[in-house]
Amino acid sequence: MSPSSGGRPVPSDAHGPATTGPLSTHQGPYFGQFGGRFVPEALIAALDELDTAYHKAQADPAFGAALAKLHRTYTGRPSPLTEVERFARHVGGGARVFLKREDLNHTGSHKINNVLGQALLVKRMGKTRVIAETGAGQHGVATATAAALMDLECTVYMGEEDTRRQALNVARMRLLGAEVVPVRQGSRTLKDAINEALRDWVTNVETTHYLLGTVTGPHPFPEMVRDFHKIIGEEARAQLFDEIGRLPDAVAACVGGGSNAMGIFNAFLDEPSVRLFGFEAGGHGISSGEHAARFSGGEPGVLQGARSYLLQDDDGQTRPSHSVSAGLDYPSVGPEHAWLHDIGRAEYRPVDDDQAMEAFRLLCRTEGIIPAIESAHALAGALQLGPELGQWGVEEPVLLVNLSGRGDKDVATAGAWFGLLDEEPTVLADQGEQL
Amino acid sequence: MTGTDVVSSTGALLDALAERENRAALVGYLPVGYPSVPASVDAVRTMVDAGVDVVELGMPYSDPVMDGPVIQRAVEAALARGTRVRDTLLAVEQVAGRGAPILVMTYWNLVLRYGVEAYARDLAAAGGAGLITPDLIPDEAAEWIAASDRHGLDRVFLVAPSSTPERLALTAASSRGFVYAASTMGVTGERSTVGSRAQQLVSDTRAAGARHVCVGLGVSRPEQAAEVGAYADGVIVGSALVRALVDAPDERAGLAALTAVTQSLAAGVRSAR
Repeated sequence: MSPSSGGRPVPSDAHGPATTGPLSTHQGPYFGQFGGRFVPEALIAALDELDTAYHKAQADPAFGAALAKLHRTYTGRPSPLTEVERFARHVGGGARVFLKREDLNHTGSHKINNVLGQALLVKRMGKTRVIAETGAGQHGVATATAAALMDLECTVYMGEEDTRRQALNVARMRLLGAEVVPVRQGSRTLKDAINEALRDWVTNVETTHYLLGTVTGPHPFPEMVRDFHKIIGEEARAQLFDEIGRLPDAVAACVGGGSNAMGIFNAFLDEPSVRLFGFEAGGHGISSGEHAARFSGGEPGVLQGARSYLLQDDDGQTRPSHSVSAGLDYPSVGPEHAWLHDIGRAEYRPVDDDQAMEAFRLLCRTEGIIPAIESAHALAGALQLGPELGQWGVEEPVLLVNLSGRGDKDVATAGAWFGLLDEEPTVLADQGEQL
Repeated sequence: MTGTDVVSSTGALLDALAERENRAALVGYLPVGYPSVPASVDAVRTMVDAGVDVVELGMPYSDPVMDGPVIQRAVEAALARGTRVRDTLLAVEQVAGRGAPILVMTYWNLVLRYGVEAYARDLAAAGGAGLITPDLIPDEAAEWIAASDRHGLDRVFLVAPSSTPERLALTAASSRGFVYAASTMGVTGERSTVGSRAQQLVSDTRAAGARHVCVGLGVSRPEQAAEVGAYADGVIVGSALVRALVDAPDERAGLAALTAVTQSLAAGVRSAR
């Protein structure tokens, strides 16, 4: 046993132990051959401290009660479950489609679930400062929100291009009291913002917590962030049972880093009758090379703390990703998704920019709901599943789709995409919710 | 070959310098491919001729999280010019055999992608001494530990001021050649003072079982080299050497500046004890 495991065994074999027991409660550091802690030694003490603090908090009813109260009185949980009949007609196959409305949470997406959980942990650990990465701003705004609520100093790293294109979200974060640092290194994208956050963390780890926004990174982040989001699936499962008295036949979610997908999948992982679908950003198409489809165009590798599927070149250099939705525009993916992919428990498919934008418009027109472009990838995925439903042998197939965020932030992108603006847009495509 | 049979040429050199010259080694970092692959080979030869005892040869990587701005910019430029992993092995071949062990400093995915066993084999064949791995901790290194034993290579892991006694012991036991002690919490770069915790960390790491401990991060000036050289087995300098190349108007001037900086650091190391 390693002395660094926070009391739990860490196998020295990078391929990890054989997996047994329920999938839904599987703990890190390893998910099959994926996960781990590929970070500088300087961070290990902080990761161990976080792991210990997290597992203590998990066992402490007071922590659960505090988080539940915040969700009830601040986040606005439980988020509704909405059946979308007019949209379902476009899916076809006699399907009923239910949306889990994470878009209605405070700050506009599922991100707040994880942020509040980690911010409570920060207070327990006695740290006074949080840092976060953000692409176009959703996670940054959620982190700045929690920092304001809990009196924490907050610094958000954001690619320089994104700070320009998402000037309003930068202003939101600054209104909330956060410092926003434009990142000018490397490709000036999300992954470079994460690199810069990691450099800050290595330097200031004694006072600072890295409030990572998704189920990637070194252990314990993938496991912990999943746990903070699993309320999505738990609520949806109970709500669906109230509505129709049974499990869904399939669950669909978009996958960037993969936190909203992990959150809604978790409650169904050990229900073999429920098919799980993750929809990645196909960008301009897999053959174009301009996409963020790690399972279609990537191979296992290590980036930013974890082993997972990764867009990389022959040498192992990270390849840039592309998506109309910045929230899905990341070259790697959470290690638990990589594991679910390899063991065949979940299926991952690409949805390209055009398909996502069509689904985006369709939901606006049929249901009066403007989704985040990220979430529109899951909607497009549901539309793709339509023609296959007949082969499932279910009389009235039920699809549960995670509507992970709302599209207010994407109005300018969509306006430009569909030619709805009277003048040259100041906000271009390639933006949106972010990791 | 088993781990216990492997004799580290780097460790032997550190011992020899301590016994014969009563001094620490000067470990110099430069990245392959900056300003070009052939010019980086010239630069490494230049710094060895000017007094570097051990070479830390950087493999450029797209996401260098342990590096500060000076090294980031140099490796970005090296990658933009098309520097490949195989160029590093060619560079090792061209700079080895001048008396200075060549340790390749690499982020882990590059080795993983090449194949850990294949990389160890090819590095050994090129005359390299081993690897410095800033984002690989011993806990994740089973495959590398086995491959480095098979091919007789050094494996330099890092310790930091935040490392617990248990982790110092694990890292000391897993390393060969030396243990890289990060002088401060942070990334590579020049600093006005070397972390005050560095000396304590060296002594704690030795107490945890390390035979050799070299100190890096923030060492850029001769007086700092002298200060660290008084208590460590080696003084690791990176950004200051890279800066000599970066700030120069052309390659010739860069090599001249590199010679001057290296000589002053080498003098600092020699004046330490």
